[in-house]
Amino acid sequence: MSRFSKTALALVAALAAAGPARALDDYGLGRAATPAEINAWNIDVRPDFAGLPKGSGSVDQGQTVWEGKCAACHGTFGESNKVFNPLIGGVTKDDMKTGHVAALMRPDFPDRTTFMKVATISTVFDYIRRAMPWNAPKSLSDDQVYAVLAYMLNLAEIVPDDYVLNDQTIRDVQKILPNRNGMTYDHAMWPSTVFSGKAVKPDTHNAACMKNCKAAPEIASFLPDSALSSHGNIADQNRRFGAIRGQVTGPSGAPAGAKKTMADLAEASGCLQCHRPDSKLIGPAYQEVAQKYKGQQDMAGKLFAKIRAGGGGVWGDVEMPAQTEVKDEDLKALVAWILNGAPTNQ
Amino acid sequence: MQRDVEGIRDCAADRARIRKAPENFLGAEEIAAVRSGRRDFLRGALLAAAAAVGGGRAAAAESASQGEDVILKPQPWSTSLGQPVAATPYGMPSKYENTLLRRQSPGLTQVAAASVSFMPLQGMFGIITPSGLHFERHHQGWQDIDPSRHRFMINGSSPEFIRKPKVYTMDDLMRFPSVSRMHFIECGANTGMEWGNVAVPTVQYTHGMLSCSEYTGVPLRTLLEDCGADFKKAKFVLAEGADGSSMTRTIPIELVLSGEVLVAYGQNGEMLRPENGYPLRLVVPGVQGVSWVKWLRRVKLGDMPWATKDEAVHYIDLMPDGQHRQYTSIQEAKSVITSPSGGQMLLDKGFYNVTGLAWSGRGKIKRVDVSFDGGVNWVEANLQGPVLSKCLTRFNAPWNWDGKPAILQSRAMDETGFVQPTYGQLREARGRRSIYHNNAIQSWKVVESGDVSNVQVL
Ligand code: HEC
Ligand code: HEC
Repeated sequence: MSRFSKTALALVAALAAAGPARALDDYGLGRAATPAEINAWNIDVRPDFAGLPKGSGSVDQGQTVWEGKCAACHGTFGESNKVFNPLIGGVTKDDMKTGHVAALMRPDFPDRTTFMKVATISTVFDYIRRAMPWNAPKSLSDDQVYAVLAYMLNLAEIVPDDYVLNDQTIRDVQKILPNRNGMTYDHAMWPSTVFSGKAVKPDTHNAACMKNCKAAPEIASFLPDSALSSHGNIADQNRRFGAIRGQVTGPSGAPAGAKKTMADLAEASGCLQCHRPDSKLIGPAYQEVAQKYKGQQDMAGKLFAKIRAGGGGVWGDVEMPAQTEVKDEDLKALVAWILNGAPTNQ
Repeated sequence: MQRDVEGIRDCAADRARIRKAPENFLGAEEIAAVRSGRRDFLRGALLAAAAAVGGGRAAAAESASQGEDVILKPQPWSTSLGQPVAATPYGMPSKYENTLLRRQSPGLTQVAAASVSFMPLQGMFGIITPSGLHFERHHQGWQDIDPSRHRFMINGSSPEFIRKPKVYTMDDLMRFPSVSRMHFIECGANTGMEWGNVAVPTVQYTHGMLSCSEYTGVPLRTLLEDCGADFKKAKFVLAEGADGSSMTRTIPIELVLSGEVLVAYGQNGEMLRPENGYPLRLVVPGVQGVSWVKWLRRVKLGDMPWATKDEAVHYIDLMPDGQHRQYTSIQEAKSVITSPSGGQMLLDKGFYNVTGLAWSGRGKIKRVDVSFDGGVNWVEANLQGPVLSKCLTRFNAPWNWDGKPAILQSRAMDETGFVQPTYGQLREARGRRSIYHNNAIQSWKVVESGDVSNVQVL
C-alpha cells in the first residue's frame, strides 16, 4: 500500500518531530474539491442520462438559437459541408423502427451525417453543451441546448414541429433514435474484457511467410496523378542532401529566404481559419469585403479597429473574435491587401 | 544480422548517377505543365538543369584536376568568427533545415482549427519525434494555458467510487513521485485516407499522424488512490480537457490499474508544448491519440462508458454490415518504411539503407520483415535498440538497388505474435469504408527512373 521505501520511512519518522505528522498513505498534496467546483465542471451526460440537467426547449425556440448561432457554419438545414460534415440527413422513418440506419449498409451512399451515426442522444446533448457554438463554447443555457437539439431532431424528421424536448422527453427520443442499435463492442480494439466478459481475438490473421509467399504482387491501386501535385512540391518536403531527394511535383514553394505572400501572412495570422479570399467561410470572403467598401474613405482605419476589437452584425450574426495577436504593421498590411481585393499573387 | 555485404561492395564500384538532384529551376511553363498533370517533361527539364545548376558535382568539375573547391579554398565558416553562446536562448534548427515541417493535407478538413498537421516521417531519424514536429490534431484550436491557473480535478459519478474528490495545482502534481517513459502516440485515423484506395503521395500524409516522445508525469493510479478510489466498483474513467472542445474519452479501469496511464507534464525533457496539451495531458500507451486528452482538467470515475461525441460519432469503425465498432482504442501492430518512400527518388543505383518504424499498442515489436518484391519474398530487418513496449522501434535493412523496378514493404510482428495484415486481409475483415485503424502493410513502388510512389498491394 505505502509507496515509500524503507529509507524514506525512516526519514519521515525522523522528520516527524519537526512538523505535523502525516498519514503515510497520504501525500498531503491537493485539496478537497468544493461542491460548487464539482458542479461547475461536472458537465458530462451519460447514455443512461446520469448528469442530465433539468430544463426544456421547443422546436420553435430552437429555430431561433439555430439560425442565430449555428446556421452560419452548419447551414440552414444542418446540411452544410463548408465548416464541418453535414449534421442532418440520410435517415428514414423505417430506420426509426429498426434502430439501424439502412443507408450505412450501402457502400454507394456517400454521406455519414451525425444523426445517421449516433446511437445515444445523450451524446449530442452533452457535446453541444460543452463545445458549441464552436467559436463560443459553453455559452448556451441548458434550455437553449434542449431547444436547439429539439430543432435539430425536427430538421432530421425525428420529432414533430410542436415538440418540446426536456429531461423526460429526451428518453422517448432515445427509443426512436434511428441508429440506436448501430454499435457493436465485440472487437479486439477495446483494451478490456468488460463488454464481452472475455478477451476478443484480433480480426486479421497474417502469417509471417518468408519465401515464395505468392506468385506475384497484385497491385490494386496506384497514386492518381492529380494527388501527386496536389500536395505541393515534394522536393521542398525532403532534405536537399542525403541519401534521397523529393520528386519535383510543382513550383518550388519555399526556397530559403523566399518572399512571403500576403496570403501567407493571412494564414500565419490565423485569418484563414475563418476567411478565404474568394469564398465565404465563417467570415465573409475578402473579395466581398473589398466590393462592399469600394470607394469609401477611411475604411482602412475602421476595419483595423474592427478586426482588433472583434465584433459582428455586418455580415451576419457570427462574431469575429478580437484579433489581438497580429502585429500593428502586419494588420495594416492585411487590411490594405483585403481592401485591394486580396489578390493571391501578392 | 548483416546480409548481402559482399553484393553491396561489388555494386559500390564507380558509375554515373542515373539522375541529378532537383533544384529550384522550374519556369512558369514547366509549372503550368505540372499543374495540368503532365509530368513527362520533368525528366527533360532535369537533364537540362543538371548542366546549368552548380551542385557538389558541378563544382568539383571546375578544379577537377586538383579536387573540390570546398576543400581547396578556405570557406567562410573556417575563416571568420562564429556566433556567441546563447545567441538564440532557445535553440532553433539550422536555416538549411527548412523542408521537414508539419504540413496539412489539402482538402482533408474544412477549417484549420479542427484539423490535422502531419509529422514529416520521411526525413526523421531514430525513434524520438522533436517536439516542434509532433503531429497535431485539434478539434477546437489549441490553447496556451497559464499553468498557475490550471487545475486538475478528480471526481466520481457517485461517492461510492471515490471518497475524496480533489483539486490539484501544477505545484501539487509536480511534487508527486514521477516517472519518465517513452511511448508512441498514433491518431486512430492515421492512414485513414487510404482505406479505399491510394490517395496521398508521401509517408508524411499516409502515416504522419504518429509521434513518439519521452513523457514525464504521475501515474493516474497514484492520483486516484490519493483520492480514495474504489477500484472494485469503478470500471471506467472519463478524461476531460480544459480547451473549448473539452474533449472527453472513456478509458477502462484495467489500463489505469496497470500503472501505465500517466498524467503527464513533461515531454522530451521539457514541459509539454501547447499544441500537445501544455501544461497537462493524459498519456494512454498503446491507445489511439484521441484518448490522450490534452489540457487535461478532470478525470471522473464511473461504472459505465460515456459515449462522448468522439467515441459515439467519430473514432467509430464502420463495418461492411453497416454496424460501427464503438470504443475502438488499441493501435494494432503496424510498420512503414520511411525512406525510401512515396514521393522520393533514388538518384543512383547501389546501396540504400532501407529504414522505417514499427510499433504495436500491445507491447514490444518482436520482428520486422522487409520485402523488395511486393511480398513474394521477405528478409528480416535489423531492429535498432532500444526496443520498448508501446514505443516506436526503428528498423533498418540493407538494399542493393540494381536499377530495376521493385516494391518495398515492411511487415511488423509484435510480442503477442500478431502479424501486420495485408490490404487484402484487412479489407476482407473490415471492408473499405472505415476511417480508423488502418494498419495494413504499406507498399512503395520503385521504377527505373528512381521515382518512388505509393501503391497498394493486396
Ligand atoms: C464557427 C462555426 C460553428 C458554429 C457557429 C457552430 N458549429 Fe457546430 N461544429 C463546428 C465544427 C468545426 C465542428 C467539428 C468539431 C470537431 O472537429 O470536433 C462542429 C461540430 C458540431 C456537432 C458534432 C457533429 C458531429 O458529427 O461530430 C454538433 C452536434 C454541432 N456542431 C452543433 C452545433 C450547434 C447546435 C451550434 C449552435 C448552437 C453550432 N454547432 C455552432 C463549427 C461550428
Ligand atoms: C474565428 C473566425 C475569424 C477569424 C480568426 C478572423 N475573422 Fe475576420 N471575420 C469573422 C466574422 C464572423 C466576420 C463577420 C463579422 C461581422 O459580420 O461584422 C469577420 C469580418 C471581417 C472583416 C470585415 C469587417 C466588416 O466590418 O465588414 C474583415 C476585414 C476581417 N474579418 C478581417 C480579418 C483579419 C485580417 C483576420 C486575421 C487577423 C480575421 N478577420 C480573423 C471571423 C473571423
